[in-house]
Amino acid sequence: MSKIHVSAVVNGEPIEYLCDPAHTLLDVLRDQLGLTGSKEGCGSGDCGACSVTIDGRLTCACLVLGAEVDGMSIGTIEGLAQGDQLHPLQKKFVEMAALQCGVCTPGVLVAAKALLDRNPDPSETEVRYWLAGNLCRCTGYDKIIRAVLDVAADMKETAR
Amino acid sequence: MDDPATMPRAPLGLPLPHDSATLHVTGEALYVDDLPEPPGLLHAVLALSPEAHAEILALDLDPALTLLGDNGLAVTARDIPGINDVGPMSGPEPILADGIVAYVGQPIAAVAAPELARARAAARAVRATYRRREAVLDIPAAMARAQYVCPPHRMTRGDAAAAIAAAPRRLSGTFAIGGQDHFYLEGQVAMALPQEDGGVRILSSTQHPSEVQKMVARVLGLPEAAVTCEVRRMGGGFGGKETQPAIFAAIAALLARRAGRPVKLRLDRDDDMTITGKRHDFHVRWSAGFDTEGRLHGVEMELAARAGHDADLSPAIVDRAMFHALNCYRAPAVSVAGYACRTNTQSNTAFRGFGGPQGMLAAEEMIDAIARDLAIDPIELRRRNLLVPGDATHYGQRIEHMALPRIFDALLDGVGYASRRAEIDAANDGPGFIRRGLGFAPVMFGISFTATAYNQAGALVHLYTDGSVLLNHGGTEMGQGLYRKVAQVVAAELGVPPGRVRLAATSTDKVPNTSATAASSGSDLNGAAAADACRKIRSRLADFAARAHGGAPDEIVFADGHVRGPSWSFDLATLATQAYRARVQLWDSGFYATPRIHYDRARNTGHPFYYYAFGAALCEAAIDILTGESRILRADLLHDVGRSINPAIDLGQVEGGFIQGLGWLTSEELVFDRDGRLRTHSPATYKIPTARDLPPDFRVRLLEGADNPVATIHRSKAVGEPPLMLANAAWLAIKDACAAAAGTRHVRLDAPATPEAILRACGRLPAR
Ligand code: FES
Ligand code: FES
Repeated sequence: MSKIHVSAVVNGEPIEYLCDPAHTLLDVLRDQLGLTGSKEGCGSGDCGACSVTIDGRLTCACLVLGAEVDGMSIGTIEGLAQGDQLHPLQKKFVEMAALQCGVCTPGVLVAAKALLDRNPDPSETEVRYWLAGNLCRCTGYDKIIRAVLDVAADMKETAR
Repeated sequence: MDDPATMPRAPLGLPLPHDSATLHVTGEALYVDDLPEPPGLLHAVLALSPEAHAEILALDLDPALTLLGDNGLAVTARDIPGINDVGPMSGPEPILADGIVAYVGQPIAAVAAPELARARAAARAVRATYRRREAVLDIPAAMARAQYVCPPHRMTRGDAAAAIAAAPRRLSGTFAIGGQDHFYLEGQVAMALPQEDGGVRILSSTQHPSEVQKMVARVLGLPEAAVTCEVRRMGGGFGGKETQPAIFAAIAALLARRAGRPVKLRLDRDDDMTITGKRHDFHVRWSAGFDTEGRLHGVEMELAARAGHDADLSPAIVDRAMFHALNCYRAPAVSVAGYACRTNTQSNTAFRGFGGPQGMLAAEEMIDAIARDLAIDPIELRRRNLLVPGDATHYGQRIEHMALPRIFDALLDGVGYASRRAEIDAANDGPGFIRRGLGFAPVMFGISFTATAYNQAGALVHLYTDGSVLLNHGGTEMGQGLYRKVAQVVAAELGVPPGRVRLAATSTDKVPNTSATAASSGSDLNGAAAADACRKIRSRLADFAARAHGGAPDEIVFADGHVRGPSWSFDLATLATQAYRARVQLWDSGFYATPRIHYDRARNTGHPFYYYAFGAALCEAAIDILTGESRILRADLLHDVGRSINPAIDLGQVEGGFIQGLGWLTSEELVFDRDGRLRTHSPATYKIPTARDLPPDFRVRLLEGADNPVATIHRSKAVGEPPLMLANAAWLAIKDACAAAAGTRHVRLDAPATPEAILRACGRLPAR
């Protein structure tokens, strides 16, 4: 099968790759681009471990073909920190122990960032519903929800 | 060895982040599937049996081989050079079916190719012809045929039948408890790397690297010394990576050996759920004799578990269910029988609690039924029946400490139990389709592997001349924070900041013959072993420093990265360098074996548990009697972790354990069809809790000022499994709401309390 040429922007960097038409965006990120922060928890759009943004929209990378994102901008967990400077969500997750095994964590963070980008002041219910697509088998979610709400509160504080 | 409980403090007790927290949040933490692929890597895929029980008449690999091409290969049981058996307790338990398939999903062949897609296509092309045999799929069918994976076992104390017959009141019941898929977010995965000398190196997501090593050696016919198994971290384990990883590591190793190339076998979610064993489902029968005050006189219980097609750990799991079948309650006469039923389904295995949760739920169901029968408040009835120090359990262990009265008081203080009870009862008497209930459940969980031999651990600690420390131990990190806790122990022992202690991946060539990181024992065992190693290093350094600089060895203090004598002080790096020059050994190994424990299974006497972990929970549930949906509105948990080594990590275990237990008892349902196929093999159909299912009002506390009365490391307590059983309170709360909806004292609510089970309990769907 012939490969498809794709140019896209990943975490702000323009890149090009040749993509097997059957490969998902998740396959491309993990196997071709070496971005293994996005995980495959199910491969069927049900767990959120592969969460990325495509042109700002939260998406399961396992449900998108690598060839579909030509001309688009992809955001992954690897783009969340600015160099050594962790994103406030990342800092808070470390500080509040909102993680255990860490496999869901990249997806949860990408999803939480997407939430705060569109709604900087979510209610607890909004956080819970927004993150309901990200399965975590370890933490029981409470610390994750608290951490996201805390970051939102901090952001409000600094915006003032 | 010194008492591990007496030790220096800082940084013990600090809520330090998980050792890999920063790597987790940046996505840099590497799991096996994230590691750079070595040149020549082949991807393996398994071909699975579509039959529940059948003879394999012919296995045709040709179509698969055609697809695989020159660089691919396929193997079956015939290609195994050693022994086709990875049974942890008894065998043979084949990695690839040999002549007979015994469940739908059993691997019959494995293929490997440079491209995963090609391997997948080839696996689908494997052809087999079968002659069907009768399949025994569930507990009733296996019980009817007396078909077990090990002989039924009974624990007796006194004459239970006579005590029940003579008691003023009697009650009996039966109910079913569902199984549970582990749903670790990282599925089973192994990479096998052939070594230059005919050996093999295995990178596995396993809780039990020593067993992976042993089983790979057995399957390949190699000495154990030729196999190394390494694991840096797992993406969750929960017991599902105690025995099961050996199957996949051995298949990867077999392929790698034949191909002479590295092989990775990573199961996708559907294959993982289809192939691997789960928490055992149980059928419970109980009968109890008691007086009008509700005090138990005698209990008979029958616990029948679906073991699946092989024994795996089922004999020990059913034993633990039996140990916990009275939870924390006393009864003068008890008879508990356990059956591990052989069925043509996945071979069920360890899962957080290891049979304990099912046994304990049976006890809670019995106590709840008695409370309803006598119309005595269920918490009061539980108090009346609590074991007291001096009592012997039904397996003969003398109770030395009992924290539950204190936990009952501390948990119930300020939760408004009486007023909420009255308010809920009044609301339930009114109109509407929502009914609410309250449920209270205590937990008393025995800590130690019940197979006494497993209660040992080793560690290896290196101090380098710059004062940095490298820590190796036999425990594995699956998210539970073990690495961090053991590093805190080491930092405290050597008096260095925790950042000085680096953690090396767990590997069988560093610390050998280890036990599984299981039975909640990880930090008890490995923490104590690491402390032992540190003490040897410290004592040699102290001897040296006393000689070199003056003072007595026992007045030398290791703290804050410094070593101080009566009239001198050096930073640890300087002293370590001096000691190195003086040819003093700066590294050592440590070992720990849990003291006191023993159990004679035939005579049902002994002291199988070093100590117990305690906790209790109060939950409030609401059900919709039209749809059967349920919600836990509020949960108050109080759990005893002893003197915590790391309260943030321990709290995480309590919260996560409870929610996992909640999933087991409410939404997680394993559905098999008549042909024995598991129909719920992906998160699309198998529902673990989400952020929405967390109770809106969730209050979790650790019991304060509760040093472990026995001399564990830092007087802490094991925390991995016990909190899962706090979720029993949620199930009882739903049952309470069902009773209100049904308007009867007794309802039968099977677990999980799915909408269908709730509607049946409410009398709105016919019983099964
Ligand atoms: S892997 Fe994409 S949603 Fe689970
Ligand atoms: S931390 Fe393990 S799945 Fe969320």
